[in-house]
Amino acid sequence: MNIAVCVNHVPDTETKVRVAPDGLAIDRSGVNFMMSPYDEIAVEEALRIRDKFTGAVTVIALGGESHKETLRKALAMGADRAVLLRDDGARDSYAVAAGLAAELRALAPDVILCGKQSIDYDDAQVGTLLAAILGLPSVAVVVKLAIADDRSVICEREIEGGHETVRTRLPAVFTAQKGLNDPRYPSLKGIMAAKSKPIEEKPAAPAAPRVEAVALRKPPAKNPGRIIGTDASAVPELVRLLHEEAKVI
Amino acid sequence: MNCLAVAEERGGEPRKSSLETVRAARRTADALGGSCVALVAGHGAGTAAAALGRYGAHRVIVVDDPRLAKRPNIALARVIADVARREKADLVFLPASQAGKDIAPRVAVALEAGLAADCVALRTEGGEVIATRPVFAGKALLDVRVTTPVKVFTLRPNVFEATAEAGTASVEAATVELADADFVTTVEETTVAAGRPDVTEADIIVSGGRGMKGPEHFALIEALADALGAGVGASRAVVDAGWRPHDEQVGQTGKTVSPTLYIACGISGAVQHLAGMSSARYIVAINRDKDAPIFQVADYGIVGDVFDVLPALTAALRKTGK
Repeated sequence: MNIAVCVNHVPDTETKVRVAPDGLAIDRSGVNFMMSPYDEIAVEEALRIRDKFTGAVTVIALGGESHKETLRKALAMGADRAVLLRDDGARDSYAVAAGLAAELRALAPDVILCGKQSIDYDDAQVGTLLAAILGLPSVAVVVKLAIADDRSVICEREIEGGHETVRTRLPAVFTAQKGLNDPRYPSLKGIMAAKSKPIEEKPAAPAAPRVEAVALRKPPAKNPGRIIGTDASAVPELVRLLHEEAKVI
Repeated sequence: MNCLAVAEERGGEPRKSSLETVRAARRTADALGGSCVALVAGHGAGTAAAALGRYGAHRVIVVDDPRLAKRPNIALARVIADVARREKADLVFLPASQAGKDIAPRVAVALEAGLAADCVALRTEGGEVIATRPVFAGKALLDVRVTTPVKVFTLRPNVFEATAEAGTASVEAATVELADADFVTTVEETTVAAGRPDVTEADIIVSGGRGMKGPEHFALIEALADALGAGVGASRAVVDAGWRPHDEQVGQTGKTVSPTLYIACGISGAVQHLAGMSSARYIVAINRDKDAPIFQVADYGIVGDVFDVLPALTAALRKTGK
């Protein structure tokens, strides 16, 4: 079983977002980066599928030099091969997917896993765009994934207030949701082994973006709120405010 | 500018987020000059189509096919793309529901279109649409333009107004040719918990954190939610502790919600939690710790014991007949 995982290197969840001088992106100074959390879940799932069926896991990232850190983490978790599609510039989701697709077309994996969304731009598009570009089935926001020996797949995906059981066939793309698995921490052995696994680097296939940033801005500041009491005696006032001032009840 | 709005139906009725989408499409069509056509694709659309005229559709197209009953995502995307081409749609709108977010990228690729996903605002400027989307878990807003001739947008549920007016639309049936390969992915079963609204669609959410001190105390959260017809949310801490199911988790690695009212009980307000709910119109916080960060974003706060305040609040709301 040939499994590919697409991973992204993103600002961590503690990041205080500041707008860069060009007004189009975030100011990266002082920001710590990490593997996007949903991508970790995707890597873990790939490793489990490989261990069940035998095969190889290739992790692929499209980005700059610092993306290698995330690729190394995936190698330390146990991935077999890592590829960096190099582009130091910014790409929108479509251009990322098109660049990844060019590499994946050559690799022709049985299973492609992505995180359900990258926690920087929260677009939730790349996985499904990949499937559309490559002409493959896809199931997004997967919390359970069961691949049968005949390559049929039963998965469970999250929907509003519940779940759907979805059937499909390999080769296919799946985007991982929290709950699919608990990603392993890289072991010391894994970290050491990863040092001798190379990261193949090649230029990312060029692709024209389809969505362009006009402005990045902070959300409007909220008016300061107020503390209206310190115990249950504040409840009547709260109800009054919610009814008369906020008009939400 | 021809606008096409894709509406989802459940049990023959259009979903609320679809009504919001049709109305937003119509507003855009009016601003740019053009028509607003709604599309319902599925099996047994029932009265869904007829309602859409009241939400701004000039015409409604229905593609009713028994093969669509299992909501095959590739087939549905093909139907939408084919109808969009026939209607010469310039702008295609879908709700950013779980189904909409799944299908929209396929529609976009089929139409060689860019997709602006999960938009919370649309404006027209100089004859073009500028869409606003939350990024970095809502810590920032990104205004974008789609640069392709055809443009696709998914709209976040519960943000755009679904205003109904007197109005009727003509309803026409259409068919689309589909191949076996379009049905490779099918929904075999759907389980939805009856009762409370899902947090991503709820107008009011009552949410609990570690300050609730144990899973059994979430009965207080549920009682208040039921008094308000609200959804129930939870912080990551209580989900990780196994007190509440993951689909209630609000926050950066949970759900992002945009309710009109968010009541945070025993939640301190970690950065990652705020990322999931700070776009709520009104925030109420109940917490014993006056320094809890949640009070920085709350409109109204009670620095008190949830075990005193919640039952009193529930009782007061039941009395007012809400």
